[in-house]
Amino acid sequence: MTEALLTVTGLTMRFGGLKAVDELCFEARRGDITAVIGPNGAGKTTVFNCITGFYRPTSGSLALAHADGRRFPLEHMPGHRIASRAKVARTFQNIRLFAGMTVLENLLVAQHNTLMAATGFGVLAVLGIGRYRAAERAAIDKARFWLDATGLTGRADEPAGALPYGAQRRLEVARAMCIDPVLLCLDEPAAGLNPRESEDLNKLLLRIRGDGCSLLLIEHDMGVVMRISDHIVVLDHGKKISDGTPAEVRADPAVIAAYLGEGDEDEVAAEAVAS
Amino acid sequence: MSKRSDPGPQAAPQAGDQQPGVLGRLAGGFRDAGLSALVAAGLFVPMVGLVTNMGPDGLRLRFRIGGALVVVALVFVGRLVMLSWRARPRSEAVRDNRALAERLKRAGRYIAPALLVSAALLPFTDSRYYVDLGTLVLTYVMLGWGLNIVVGLAGLLDLGYVAFYAVGAYSYALIAQTFGLGFWVCLPLAGLLAACWGVMLGFPVLRLRGDYLAIVTLAFGEIIRVVITNWVSLTNGPNGITDIPRPTLFGLTFSMEGGPGTFAGFFGIEPTTTQRVIFLYYVIFGLALLTNWVTLRLRRLPQGRAWEALREDEVACRSLGINVTTTKLTAFATGALFGGFAGAFFATRQAFISPESFTFIESATVLAIVVLGGLGSQLGVALAALIMVGGLELLRGLLSWLGDQMHNPVFLGIASELPLYRMLIFGLALVVMMVLRPRGLVSGRTPSVSLGEPHEIAAELVAQGRGA
Repeated sequence: MTEALLTVTGLTMRFGGLKAVDELCFEARRGDITAVIGPNGAGKTTVFNCITGFYRPTSGSLALAHADGRRFPLEHMPGHRIASRAKVARTFQNIRLFAGMTVLENLLVAQHNTLMAATGFGVLAVLGIGRYRAAERAAIDKARFWLDATGLTGRADEPAGALPYGAQRRLEVARAMCIDPVLLCLDEPAAGLNPRESEDLNKLLLRIRGDGCSLLLIEHDMGVVMRISDHIVVLDHGKKISDGTPAEVRADPAVIAAYLGEGDEDEVAAEAVAS
Repeated sequence: MSKRSDPGPQAAPQAGDQQPGVLGRLAGGFRDAGLSALVAAGLFVPMVGLVTNMGPDGLRLRFRIGGALVVVALVFVGRLVMLSWRARPRSEAVRDNRALAERLKRAGRYIAPALLVSAALLPFTDSRYYVDLGTLVLTYVMLGWGLNIVVGLAGLLDLGYVAFYAVGAYSYALIAQTFGLGFWVCLPLAGLLAACWGVMLGFPVLRLRGDYLAIVTLAFGEIIRVVITNWVSLTNGPNGITDIPRPTLFGLTFSMEGGPGTFAGFFGIEPTTTQRVIFLYYVIFGLALLTNWVTLRLRRLPQGRAWEALREDEVACRSLGINVTTTKLTAFATGALFGGFAGAFFATRQAFISPESFTFIESATVLAIVVLGGLGSQLGVALAALIMVGGLELLRGLLSWLGDQMHNPVFLGIASELPLYRMLIFGLALVVMMVLRPRGLVSGRTPSVSLGEPHEIAAELVAQGRGA
């Protein structure tokens, strides 16, 4: 499977005089785990925010192609449509759960659009008419599936804000998966996880890929990146400096220079790349 | 009153090393209470101890030291009591607190049904005063529940809720008078018109959060009032609208003639004024229950969950494909709908409305009810409305009764003024309540759906919707 899922062409994002992303071009292929790496401030999260509609790019195009041939120009779509129509889901660098709602409620909010369709513009369901009950049961079943997949079934009724950090990360992934995405964008999913949790996360991500969802990943933990990525894009100062398989990127002198030459504080990354 | 965190031995009994003796602690306590009394004296001797009287030759100053001394003594004793209460070992205090919370929770299960039953039975007391008061309280309960959708669930701070109340009231009055339609036809129309205004308010404020949102909604409330005041040809301006039609019970009126077509005539009973009062009471009771029922239903539906998710994290909502715009607009519209219903009821109950009734203080009262009750809590809002509206009224009665009992010359001058202290006492009580329960009377959140036994979610985890 080498067909392009997401094609980024000439993506530029300016904040005033600052060019956070500069003429970036890359492709994420269907069924791949594509990692975007780079030193701090390289513009990785900005790229993510452009893809998921939180920023409107200054110029360039972001084309998403579904397997059935439908194409979505993400740069022109409002943020919520990118999730509901184009089926691009994301997680956040600083976890953004609905802390005061339970784990299960978090997963049901993610299925808002599916559930809303069954409420008859909200009016019929208030009166108890229609097929909302069945829709909710289906939604709970789907939530239960992802709870099992992330090992959170036992905590379904706990408030999301009370979960330990690792569980919150997993819940965020589960919540994003509840919108049935074709592309899941993960912003540093392994940040702050211990090696065991990180290993579990790898398994979860590989499983998600196995189920047919492609992944786009920003990550500093090179252990995760090198082990599970199919394809790596390296950014520095908003520009792409390398692009290829993990082995190719690891051997690329430009990458080593970017990480080592600048004395970046990210030593783990530097070591991993250099080794 | 004295909110200094005093380093005295009583204020913070540190574990172990330098525990002073009982005598030392007692002396410290008295010193602290003395200081508080001193501050109180500084405040209250001029405020309570000096009275100005209009004499034949201008203002004359009169002294009333006795009254001031009573207040100062109260502060002294109060501070001592507070200190001795705080001086208990921490573990004991924590245990007491837990036991209290547990008891409250158990009692809470019975409070709602008890309130419901007593509200349903209130007219049987046959006291016009209590039924009128009950009607007023229920109007505010309904307004509180309506605003709770916007502020409590969706987390959008709305300081102009009275605008929808006004739109509802004027819609009813104008439609009923112009087209000669009855209350029950106009009620949904008034609600829908208010909901339209809710959407119209929603559009400009969609991009605003927190303080900015509050200011714009405040302005909206004022704009509506000013337009009503100045659009004399439509609304009759400051003179208001009179002779607004009264509601009917399936076509039966409550007029005093008692002929055919009236309530009394149909049932063959003597017409009395209380019949209409009681009928109005049950109308607002039903409307309030409708508000509650719809809100409880909506909370368990995707729309309600989206509101709460919006309060928790707007950015995350957007990333999950929720249309934040429509979610906010539906919250404003639903809240406004119930505000409009309440307004229509207000108009038909008073039979007279003028812009005077829709000032900012109404918005503030309703918002205070929601905040005091606990954002998002239906029971809390009902309790808070009962306290804020009913309690305030009963306090007035209590104070004038107390005033009548004071024959001692020490209280000379205070006794007659006592009912005027109502707002002071009430404000103080509110401050104390918010210090003790900063997240409102009923602060937890009940999950809308659960796999197993649902557990209350602690208020600390629930966002207050001030924007990310």
